Amino acid sequence: MGPKRLDLRAGTGGGLFEYAPAPESVRPEIADRYGLFIDGSFVEPESGTRFPSINPATEDTLSMVAQASAGDVDRAVRAAREALPAWSGLSGKERGKYLYRIARRMQERARELAVLETLDGGKPIKESRDVDVPLACAHFFYHAGWADKLRFALPGRDPKPIGVCGQIIPWNFPLMMLAWKIAPALACGNTVVLKPAETTSLTALRFAKICAEIGLPKGVVNIITGAGETGQAIVKHPGIDKIAFTGSTSVGKMIAKAVASTNKKLTLELGGKSANIIFEDASLDQAIEGIIEGIYFNQGHVCCAGSRLFVQESILDTVIDKLRDRMSSLRVGDPMDKNTDVGAINSKEQLATINKYLALGDQEGGVRHDVCASTLPDKGYWCKPCFYSGVQPSHSIAREEIFGPVLAVMSFRTPDEAISRANNSPYGLAAGVWTDKGSKIFDVARRLDAGIVWLNTYNKFDPTSPFGGYKESGFGREGGLHGLLAYTQ
Amino acid sequence: MSERLPIIKTYKLAIGGKFPRTESGRSTSVHDAAQNLVAHVCRASRKDVRDAVDAAHKAQPGWGSATAFLRSQVLYRLAEMMEGKRDELARAIGGEDAQREVDASIDRVVHYAGWCDKYAQVMGNANPVAGPYHNFTVPFPVGVVGVIAPDSPSLLGFVSLVAPVIAMGNACVVLASETNPVPALVLAEAIATSDLPGGIVNTLSGFRDELVEHFSTHREIDAIHAGGVSDEHRAMLRTGSADNLKRVHVRGGVDFFDDESCESPAWLDPFVEFKTIWHPSAV
Repeated sequence: MGPKRLDLRAGTGGGLFEYAPAPESVRPEIADRYGLFIDGSFVEPESGTRFPSINPATEDTLSMVAQASAGDVDRAVRAAREALPAWSGLSGKERGKYLYRIARRMQERARELAVLETLDGGKPIKESRDVDVPLACAHFFYHAGWADKLRFALPGRDPKPIGVCGQIIPWNFPLMMLAWKIAPALACGNTVVLKPAETTSLTALRFAKICAEIGLPKGVVNIITGAGETGQAIVKHPGIDKIAFTGSTSVGKMIAKAVASTNKKLTLELGGKSANIIFEDASLDQAIEGIIEGIYFNQGHVCCAGSRLFVQESILDTVIDKLRDRMSSLRVGDPMDKNTDVGAINSKEQLATINKYLALGDQEGGVRHDVCASTLPDKGYWCKPCFYSGVQPSHSIAREEIFGPVLAVMSFRTPDEAISRANNSPYGLAAGVWTDKGSKIFDVARRLDAGIVWLNTYNKFDPTSPFGGYKESGFGREGGLHGLLAYTQ
Repeated sequence: MSERLPIIKTYKLAIGGKFPRTESGRSTSVHDAAQNLVAHVCRASRKDVRDAVDAAHKAQPGWGSATAFLRSQVLYRLAEMMEGKRDELARAIGGEDAQREVDASIDRVVHYAGWCDKYAQVMGNANPVAGPYHNFTVPFPVGVVGVIAPDSPSLLGFVSLVAPVIAMGNACVVLASETNPVPALVLAEAIATSDLPGGIVNTLSGFRDELVEHFSTHREIDAIHAGGVSDEHRAMLRTGSADNLKRVHVRGGVDFFDDESCESPAWLDPFVEFKTIWHPSAV
């Protein structure tokens, strides 16, 4: 540890500034129970079974969501198959106009969608309001414009839709992941059967209603809810031409095996253990903000989270001091409060996973820095952000994806060492590099095995910018021109 | 003039720029259409696959970071070396179509030589993100690619599957035609005398039933490019590849003589990783 630093918060008692609560006041309509959105309308699940969707910040049940069976999946696939000829036969311009309508309607309902996302998933309202929902809308706008321009997108090719797409998405960015899946699929003339994660179905069900509201032809989008078994039924269904999955690497590998002897096409966006590399010649304060953004954004439930921090040895003590300082002022608590930085952990199960890694981090000899000053609410699932120094590359917290607000800090001496240690992972989703030296930053960017490299920034997303990983982080890209390759043949 | 007894050559494997025999010590004979013995070839083993993957791994970073212009020059040089072996290649293929196949193979290498420094311009992008950032997407090599070449056309199939892979800066381990590996092994001699670094194209002869599984499960192979394989081998390639999420591309029903269907960026896409780089452009 370096020399004792000046307490910048002198006068506040070293604690947080007191802010009055600033709760979001919009209350969206949530039905007591939901059906499955198949062939343009909500229908009862065949089994009649439902499961609760819980607000992770209060543990209250928000609604009862339908559990789709293999029979329900079959109904949805048949609806998508029936809708396919007319939808893919529609002129690109007309298809695009439907997507524009969806985008507009989502913008009009933006506040409602943001609140719903926060209630159902636990993420801070300022993130769902400023990131998730605007990006989801933008994704539809961007792809709407591609629908009638596909023949110009990929030179020398005549892109055709693949057919019926089965899409399975995770709980960390429910509406945004839905947009990443549905917008390009529809723009390219495919029809879809999409399953949201079981803990975060509500925005997808609201989206289904939007599809009906704007007059999207029935069967083009089918939303079915359920857990892993429903996902398996989608993967196995012979009437599906393509599977697009975002989620864990272990499930991704199971899916790859399950479709191995079929003709199904596959794209996978899986886990990560992304490296954030900070050199001694970086703008330090900017870098600290980026590191914080990189690991504590969305409670660390981010596949591209910068969860391994490599710090050049000469600035290690300074960086640790600055991280402690910055982290102590992160506000953890009510996701509906506009001042909240870190919300609730998405589910009880995920909290248990994170706690397992915290225990491993302690046992294996890392030094935990628990400096977050917030008081946690009594109910709900919470985890204070923290980081570990003194981490060895062999430690579990340095190798495995935690999917929580836990950062592993390690040091390096030379750029070569930083690169080889960053690349020493089966994952290859994202990476960050911090230095003010132009030639160095581009050399390091070139040599990192990662699908997204953020230079002097982190966790930026845009519909025009392809997203996806190297190695066991999956294959295929989502967004941008390259995302179109995944939905055409 | 008395009849001269010809020398029957034993073709060895091509691994890491050298020509070793298979470590297994096994060999098989190759006969022409009239059942005359024309050559002996090695029957490669799992260990040979692993040695070849090691060699490919060592060679790939240098080739992958060579300038696109240099790769383009080297591939064109390979075409020149093949031109010098036109007759030998044609004899190795045998049959009436042999010369046409050799010529098509050389021309295919020339085609892909030209792609080296153009693909990034066609499929790379500057992305107009909604914010003050430079954002661009650039193709990089995927790494080491396992190639399973079709039985026929033995040379043109091999070249069509390998050329796009190496044009993008990858190294490969190739299992040549099982029924006639000799043209691929003659090509290996052309490759050795071109400027292609040793270990970028490693050529094995052997049996698909023995080796396809090892290609699929080897964790240091990053992608698969296969043509003319059975449904069973296709499923095996995809199942085994799930463990390290290899990018698997199995081509079926390709007319390798048809330029339209074998020469396009779509043949290059599977063997690159698109990397998207962001940098702030405002302070």
